[in-house]
Amino acid sequence: MIEQHLSILLVVIPLLAAPITAILPWARIAWLLTLLVSWVCLLLAVWQLQIVLAGNIISYELGGWAPPWGIEYRIDIINAFIAMIVAAIAAITLPYALRSVEQEIVPRHIPLFYTAFLLCLTGLLGITLTGDIFNLFVFLEISSLSSYALISMGRQRQALTAAFQYLVMGTIGATFLLIGIGLTYAVTGTLNMSDITARLQDVEEFRTLHTAFAFIFIGIALKLAMFPLHLWLPNVYTYAPSVISVFLAATATKVAIYVLIRVIFTIYGIEFAFEEIHINWFLLPLSAIAVISASLIAIFQTNIKRMLAYSSVAQIGYILLGIGLASMTGLTAAILHLFNHALMKGALFMTLGAVFYKMNTVQLGDLNGIGRRMPLTMGAFVIGGLSLVGVPLTVGFISKWYLVVAALEQQWWWLVVILIAGSLLALIYIWRVVEVAYLKPAPAGCATRNEAPLSLLIPTWILIAGNIYFGIHTSLTVDVAESASTMLFGK
Amino acid sequence: MMEFVLGHYNYWIVVVLMMAGFYTVISRGNLIKKIAGLNIFQVSVFLLYISIGNVQEGTTPIIAPGFQHYSNPLPHVLILTAIVVGVATTALGLALIVRIKEAYGTIEEEDIHLQDNSL
Repeated sequence: MIEQHLSILLVVIPLLAAPITAILPWARIAWLLTLLVSWVCLLLAVWQLQIVLAGNIISYELGGWAPPWGIEYRIDIINAFIAMIVAAIAAITLPYALRSVEQEIVPRHIPLFYTAFLLCLTGLLGITLTGDIFNLFVFLEISSLSSYALISMGRQRQALTAAFQYLVMGTIGATFLLIGIGLTYAVTGTLNMSDITARLQDVEEFRTLHTAFAFIFIGIALKLAMFPLHLWLPNVYTYAPSVISVFLAATATKVAIYVLIRVIFTIYGIEFAFEEIHINWFLLPLSAIAVISASLIAIFQTNIKRMLAYSSVAQIGYILLGIGLASMTGLTAAILHLFNHALMKGALFMTLGAVFYKMNTVQLGDLNGIGRRMPLTMGAFVIGGLSLVGVPLTVGFISKWYLVVAALEQQWWWLVVILIAGSLLALIYIWRVVEVAYLKPAPAGCATRNEAPLSLLIPTWILIAGNIYFGIHTSLTVDVAESASTMLFGK
Repeated sequence: MMEFVLGHYNYWIVVVLMMAGFYTVISRGNLIKKIAGLNIFQVSVFLLYISIGNVQEGTTPIIAPGFQHYSNPLPHVLILTAIVVGVATTALGLALIVRIKEAYGTIEEEDIHLQDNSL
């Protein structure tokens, strides 16, 4: 019974819980409900991934209307995996949210905060699960609108301008996507993704199709913060409430990258995207520039959250490089890095949330000797940072390794050089924090231990443990990523 | 040629509205004008969808005796959803502007940047 309706339940449960949290007068109860929902979602998402990994493809017909007329949810390995990542990050973030949100958000706004959080979760899960391209646009807007609201709840007033800037750029991106979807519909007469693929075989209107693809690509590129369309991202990650920085950094851009993968590999097809449009001619140079320039900018930041935000732009560059290589190994590396980057950025932003909880600042200059005052938090930061750099035994190493292998397959030594240079630059900006935290003496009078509460530390260390566990037991994630990329290449 | 231009007049309107809206978003510093531009930009896409749904000599898509050709109703339905999304975006954008005005005392982008940088 439940198994039949798994995919829709993943969307419906958080969607129904959202208005309930809005009318709850008690912040703690709202939090508890959200926590419960996110754990149920994780359970369902893991279950769904199990079914799909056994070699099935789930096709769920909404309201019993057969596709392509009705909306179909179609789940294969790649979107079951992404849905699992989103649900897992939400489930780990929420225990962390209780204390952090109570400190950062005005008390009477807390139930509404969880409402928006649940809507954002609904949107992100919906994007991953749906097999209908217009439905995807609707879910994209649900997640975006709720995230604008969430970002604006940050304590500093810059959060408002950051949210506004994101709203403008995000809406332009979504509208571009809408134009692209409309033009695709005009050519194919269908909105169902697999149906579009089938009908594109006999389409001869190439000019409309090229335009449609261009609009969709730019729209998604805005959403996933592809260089140079990333301008909204640093402010958003810097000024959003800590919990939202964690959640958005680990999920929102990842889901947008999934949409890009879906559009390139499933809907329009590899031949159209790489041989007809030559999308890799944009992807490769822009991503290479992103890796180097965003890492360089990160080195000069004085706000650690902003530093990690620029580092995110660079890491998105790595993922897009993997996609742009247009090979199975490249795509495997991209999917792996999607998961791995969610783990490391989630963990790193969590440590900063803990620092902010105790110190009320994440400015590098104010954190002298923080490593001795918050040893567990900063210990987590160091391990997460090493993972970001790509040190062996952490997940960062695994995805970079696969990227290097993919680059060497095509004999592209320049790409290997860029990948290694990016890692070295990451080492520099992580080192700047380590230097301040451990080598500079703490200001006199406050040298006592002042560790963050356990409810912040435990989720952080769970993610850090994930960084190491999946860095050693690589077979789990690599197998999923490999079978997903095999499926996407249709072999 | 003339027929091509006149025959596609609705698409020309779409293009003009789209560019006008997009240009307003990029060029204006006043946040309300930005939201207005964004709105015009979105509305142009609504028109595009409705134009796509038109079938030559098709009637309103209601089944009635004597009518064989109907316009495609699906784009209209889709655009209803998109209109709702547009309204929500506008409302949220305006709400943010109200709070920006409370926090900064201005809704001009340049003044806001100046205030942030002087901190």
